[in-house]
Amino acid sequence: MVRGLLWILAAVLLGGIVHLSTVLAMPQAAKQDAYSRLAQLTPVNAMVPLAATKAGAEIMPFMDPAFAAAVCRYDLSGGPLKLIAPVSQAYTSVTFYTRRSIAFYAINDRAAGRRTIELDLMTAAQHAQVPEDEDVTAADRLIIESPTPMGLIVLRALAPEPGLMPMARQALAAATCQIQSQ
Amino acid sequence: MRLLFGSCFTLLIAAALGLGATWFTLTRGVAFGALTIGAWKAWPKSGSPDIDPYARAMVARTGELPTGMGDGVAFYARTDDAGNAFDGRCTFRIAGMTPTARYWTVTLYTPEGRLVANTIDRHSFTSEEIVRDNDGRFTITVAPLARPGNWLPTGGIEQFVLVWRLYDTAIGVATRTTKEGPMPAIARKGC
Repeated sequence: MVRGLLWILAAVLLGGIVHLSTVLAMPQAAKQDAYSRLAQLTPVNAMVPLAATKAGAEIMPFMDPAFAAAVCRYDLSGGPLKLIAPVSQAYTSVTFYTRRSIAFYAINDRAAGRRTIELDLMTAAQHAQVPEDEDVTAADRLIIESPTPMGLIVLRALAPEPGLMPMARQALAAATCQIQSQ
Repeated sequence: MRLLFGSCFTLLIAAALGLGATWFTLTRGVAFGALTIGAWKAWPKSGSPDIDPYARAMVARTGELPTGMGDGVAFYARTDDAGNAFDGRCTFRIAGMTPTARYWTVTLYTPEGRLVANTIDRHSFTSEEIVRDNDGRFTITVAPLARPGNWLPTGGIEQFVLVWRLYDTAIGVATRTTKEGPMPAIARKGC
């Protein structure tokens, strides 16, 4: 009887370990995560507008259909990346995701405070190589550190009403993301 | 012999328990630290590096990209204020206040996060396009058949989810009380 209970206790403990390790391993094991979905549709280190979010043609679940979106799938192994995004009339935001879909930084047009959002994305190692004086003279230069060399930049522009969608898409079309040669 | 039997039994139970618990938590959307206002739930931390492991696993499985913390916050509702599950064959009325935000949108999805096809191509409302009365208040009717005013079609699907996104808002991790963030009330008005 006692031995049986011990076996059950062992099973529950082991089950807990299985549960926790599968939850922790899921981001690595997932085949249909956002990055994998976008890898089929977008080139590396280029800003590409996404097709409008329509019923039956959604690229990712839970996308906001009131927004036009563009994606830059980045790989910083060739050097830091420069993002230039003109803001639309209504609301524009930029969100940075790691390879595993963690939003590590997000900024909107008002926080950026200008007609154009300009950001430098680099790894911690690349940031350490930026000459210090350059860092200081370009006080308005916004540097973002990416925790992973690969990831996604998602640019979103709001169409406050459906008729303004072409305006939002046009604002995104002018956005660029390019590797800066070192 | 008994040892062999015991360990096989233990391993089987362990695998079933562990995988079952993982499947259950990831399909039911168990995530910790929810900000609950009425029927609405948000996980502001999911839009930051502080995202909890369950939310991370869920996001990886579904393939969605969470709303970043510097962008906005997304509130999800699956039931009305009385706890009635959203059924696309019923009529629900949404009215009331929204927290301060530069813009908001409200969108109807299937439980998997897809849009529902309908004849008027209406899946969401933004704070700009919604029709308001003279006091600036609005009422949204979520129903399978056409309604006057702000009609959000359900397409008659069995279950749906509403997502209320606030963009450029102070609502977030520090929000504690419903006073800071009054969210619209949801009531079922017949099936």
